[in-house]
Amino acid sequence: MWRVEVALKTGVTDAQGNSVRRQIIEDLRVDADSVQVINVYTINANLTQEQIETVARDLLTDPITQEYKINEGFDRPFAVAIEVGFKPGVTDNAGATTVEGIEDLLGIKFSPAESVHTSKLYLLVGDVSQAEAEKICLGLLANPIIERYQIWRDGEDIISTAKKIAARTELPDFKPTVAEADLDVSDDELMEISRKGVLSLNLEEMRLIRNYFKDPRVLAEREKVGLGPRPTDIELEMLAQTWSEHCKHKIFNAKITYSEDGQTEEIDSLFKTYIRKATEEIGKEKDWLVSVFADNAGVVEFDDVHNMVFKVETHNHPSALDPYGGAVTGIVGVNRDPMGTGLGADLIFNTDIFCFGPPDFDYDKLPSSVLHPKRIFRGVRKGVEDGGNKIGIPTVNGAILFDEAYVYNPLVYCGTGGLIKKEIAGKPSHIKTVNPGDLVVMVGGRIGKDGIHGATFSSVALDEETSSAAVQIGAPIVQRKMQDALKEAREAGLYNAITDNGAGGLSSSVGEMSEFSGGCEVDLEKAPTKYPGLQPWELWVSESQERMTVAVPPEKIAEFLDLCRRRDVEATVIGVFTDSGKVQVKYDGRTVLYLDLEFVHEGLPGLRLVANWRPSPEPEPQVKDDLSGSLIKILASFNVCSKEWVIRQYDHEVQGASVVKPLVGMKNDGPSDASVIRPLVDSKRGIAVSNGINPKYGEIDTYWMAASAIDEAIRNIVAVGGDPDRIAILDNFCWGNPIHSAANSDGDHKLAQLVRAAKGCYDVAVGLGTPFISGKDSFHNEYRLENKTIAIPPTLLISAIGVVPDVERAVTMDAKTAGDIVYVLGQTFAELGGSHYYMISGSKGSQVPKVDVENALKLYRALHEAIQGGLVASCHDCSEGGIAVAAAESAFAGALGVRLELGRVPVAGEMDDAKVLFSESNSRFVVTVNPQKAQFFETTLADCAFAQVGEVIADSKFIAIGKDGKPTIDIDMDKLKEAWQRPLRW
Amino acid sequence: MVISLSEKPKVLVLLAAGINRDKDAEDAFRLAGADAERVHINDIADGRKKLKDYQILMLPGGFSFGDDIASGKVLANKLKYKLKDDLLQFIADGKLVLGVCNGFQVMAKLGILPGFDGNYLKQDVTLTYNDSGKFEDRWVHLKINPNSKCVFTRGIEKLIYVPICHGEGKFIPRDDDVLNRLQENNQVVVQYVDENGQFGPYPVNPNGSIAHIAGICNETGRVFGMMPHPENYIIRTQHPRWTREDLPDEGDGLALFRNAVSYVRENF
Repeated sequence: MWRVEVALKTGVTDAQGNSVRRQIIEDLRVDADSVQVINVYTINANLTQEQIETVARDLLTDPITQEYKINEGFDRPFAVAIEVGFKPGVTDNAGATTVEGIEDLLGIKFSPAESVHTSKLYLLVGDVSQAEAEKICLGLLANPIIERYQIWRDGEDIISTAKKIAARTELPDFKPTVAEADLDVSDDELMEISRKGVLSLNLEEMRLIRNYFKDPRVLAEREKVGLGPRPTDIELEMLAQTWSEHCKHKIFNAKITYSEDGQTEEIDSLFKTYIRKATEEIGKEKDWLVSVFADNAGVVEFDDVHNMVFKVETHNHPSALDPYGGAVTGIVGVNRDPMGTGLGADLIFNTDIFCFGPPDFDYDKLPSSVLHPKRIFRGVRKGVEDGGNKIGIPTVNGAILFDEAYVYNPLVYCGTGGLIKKEIAGKPSHIKTVNPGDLVVMVGGRIGKDGIHGATFSSVALDEETSSAAVQIGAPIVQRKMQDALKEAREAGLYNAITDNGAGGLSSSVGEMSEFSGGCEVDLEKAPTKYPGLQPWELWVSESQERMTVAVPPEKIAEFLDLCRRRDVEATVIGVFTDSGKVQVKYDGRTVLYLDLEFVHEGLPGLRLVANWRPSPEPEPQVKDDLSGSLIKILASFNVCSKEWVIRQYDHEVQGASVVKPLVGMKNDGPSDASVIRPLVDSKRGIAVSNGINPKYGEIDTYWMAASAIDEAIRNIVAVGGDPDRIAILDNFCWGNPIHSAANSDGDHKLAQLVRAAKGCYDVAVGLGTPFISGKDSFHNEYRLENKTIAIPPTLLISAIGVVPDVERAVTMDAKTAGDIVYVLGQTFAELGGSHYYMISGSKGSQVPKVDVENALKLYRALHEAIQGGLVASCHDCSEGGIAVAAAESAFAGALGVRLELGRVPVAGEMDDAKVLFSESNSRFVVTVNPQKAQFFETTLADCAFAQVGEVIADSKFIAIGKDGKPTIDIDMDKLKEAWQRPLRW
Repeated sequence: MVISLSEKPKVLVLLAAGINRDKDAEDAFRLAGADAERVHINDIADGRKKLKDYQILMLPGGFSFGDDIASGKVLANKLKYKLKDDLLQFIADGKLVLGVCNGFQVMAKLGILPGFDGNYLKQDVTLTYNDSGKFEDRWVHLKINPNSKCVFTRGIEKLIYVPICHGEGKFIPRDDDVLNRLQENNQVVVQYVDENGQFGPYPVNPNGSIAHIAGICNETGRVFGMMPHPENYIIRTQHPRWTREDLPDEGDGLALFRNAVSYVRENF
């Protein structure tokens, strides 16, 4: 075994070390004079001294900036040294790349027992106590769930005491085994089987499985394939996975008895009654819906030749435990949804929405089992950088929300959009066909123990003892290689169907594809593994990343496998699709799983649930702040403030399609409402992407939260030039546990909140003509701390994708020219419930913003016409902070000032200046228009509520004239912009 | 090889694990009038495609092999051990090589830049972590050295405005001798400046590059690498302020690709 240390030469700036030092000082408040980072490679391979010299010199070290030591340390001073590396078995991407580099360099091949492990050695200089060293190690550098670490003090010898990391070798006593479960037991014992196996199956489901295994027909058929009357572990695992909340959406499909205000109604599936029904009704009038709720992602028409594909997923629990790995996996995971839709789309954008605890949350209040919000934020951001940037998909849109409610359960939403030709090799690209006889081929990464039970894990609450088995780290480059190779295979027509291995692994992907042909027969021992020692059931449900399952017709298999080989992508035939009506899995020729396809997919009984709506209205508060002070506080609130620090670290240029970037304006630092991309350089047609989310409103009423989120997503798209009649949306519900029980006494209320949100979704989607095309739900966003359960507030993310007919007509939010007229479009109501104006004074109120779909749609169409006509100089939507924040952002993004007369804003009823400025009524915009175009603009908007409310001024000031004719705000723009930029300027 | 006027210059856009600005490069060369083809490195290594059938080699941006060990290092290693002879012959034939971002990192680590005295396998410069310690997506102004032999920047007199998207873009020469030689030879082609053409600290120099260097060429001017992305400003709507400024339809970056195409038309 060799240990190679690579350090920067003295005098070379250590950018990584400096940034670690900054975090030690700023986040942990520990003094450190300097931090140096040394790269460590532990090489378990039979190399000669000469070979290891060559590797260290020619591969591992940059001759300009670095130097190396082999099996000895650098003689550099340190007060504390901390080494951090991955635990054995955790994906070490750099280690795997190093193996490839060594093989190229020396012309050798590593044996399975040889490996490279990377780690980082941090040398800290300064007065650092042992307690502080541990705080730095566990609070910043190492995550003990996935990483090993070691700490040394000055004077201790690192090399002689550094832990040896051995390669995983053959386990001499490993025998593949299949256990059987006796279900002929009491109900209590049935539940114990479910709980112990992390199956997350309820009693009714367990009983149903027991009954299936008593059916004489089933028993007779099992006997023929050599199976007894008891279910095997792999059979139970497959049923648990297929029937999991994650995969079957049991809550969204449940029969619900819903009560509100003494009225009771029966709802047979929220999904069918509200979400899908909205789309069905809208679909009667829209001819551009292609594939909705049918595949891994929704598909709608883009132009005559292409469809666009969109999906957003959540990856909450893993991101709470390992923010970096969780986020990478979230992104590369959702990438595979459009890749696994129809014949597989090309990926053209990512969008990421996060909900975290406040970054300034008191460290002393944090339980030791929970990572600090700032650390989660940094880790997730880094994960997006590595997941998105490395795969080469621009991150064009997103949002970050902060609230104490997310300290224990951060939310990480990742979305990916794709583009695909409507026809490929003469076939419609959104249709999957699997013919009996097609081969089951697993492509991409290998199977490990990582991510076992992800599907069922996401269906339980986190607690202090949560294990690490469910955490995985993505390998973006492995996925990118696979993506490129599959694209070539798609164009050559080498496969019939493709789907991704996400939650549930092969069990899910092969199980779903079997429905098309009517069955499958899999030889599981053929599936390639990362290391030996995986039991059959683990192979079947492992969620190891970067894998797709493909159905390849036998006559094309040679060509398919050859292509993959030439692209360094592993592809393995593991079985054949059949029309037997059975899912049959064998291991070394012996059948270990034999289930009726129909039972697997249709056998699940529906849930019956109770929902009771118990609103708890709060009085409207009296806020005493002066208006300038309030404006500054809102601009400086974490939710509203500039996210430039994050956005700049995402690549939003790759693929060269960006038209409206996330940052716009005179200094490229204004906040865009939505992004516009132009996926085909030869066409002027564009795609707009946006989102709407506002859990604060949900604390008052989830109906209006849902309504507001939809309206916000749509108005953002309209603001940049998207056609309101060509927008499709996705729903992502993140909730606490809505199933009522003794231990979950407000479960019925949480379910009622879900019912109201679904009703809001239906009403507003239908009212605005905006269909849902796909979605996802995540319940059990709860954390058990001692005896308390902490749930997140109901959080609905709406993501929207729209068509921009001509990108050269797109509009940005920055004010353009002094003298332009400022308009407010849409009516302002006294709706400050859940607003930021109330929030900064610590209150909530009850008058939550509503949506008037009729007026909203009329306004959106008129504004779109004005934008298409080139009449609009800038357009910014009003959301958090209302007109005041929208006007301020628009002005400072344009490096200009603004003067508003509040008495001219169209309002409903009597409203004071504060309400006019800060009300968060929906369906409104602040627009600037060149005076020469004002008349046309006003004619176009004639049927809508709007008014001239002021002008863009050259003087860099924000001036608001109150209803009494006197200035109520007169403040330097620089002060506002600084307040807005400072909080997250890290 | 002689190509007729009606025939388009042929560009090989190299693909390898983690290369991701291949489409962007292909679009740029296509708009500039070339025939660009994305070719996987393994298809060259096993002889299915031949480098000699092309006149321009493009090493695009991305994160080849995840930037593990160091950006560009593992791909440079592969080129050295799998394609060395083809690559050296390509350069010797007087053909053009352009590397952008990760492509430039590969060229620096392989040694084909700066390629002093025609030695294309000795590393004299490197690109390493930005001083900020962060990956950054940011638009920058570049000043072009009018005395450089670089084929790609011929005749471009004004500043050009293009994005950078990198975490390891800080240019460091081995020592002062290397730096002096680069400058004396006019191998320094592009440098980071502000909108008035003046050098400045971060963010004008976005990564802390020594002598504000953003890109260099070899002694012939036919092999060129740069960190910023000219291929991401080829049409007007890619500019971050196209909604507020009067701009030509064609982006600043396209001129570099046109120059390459013209050179091939004139010389092959």
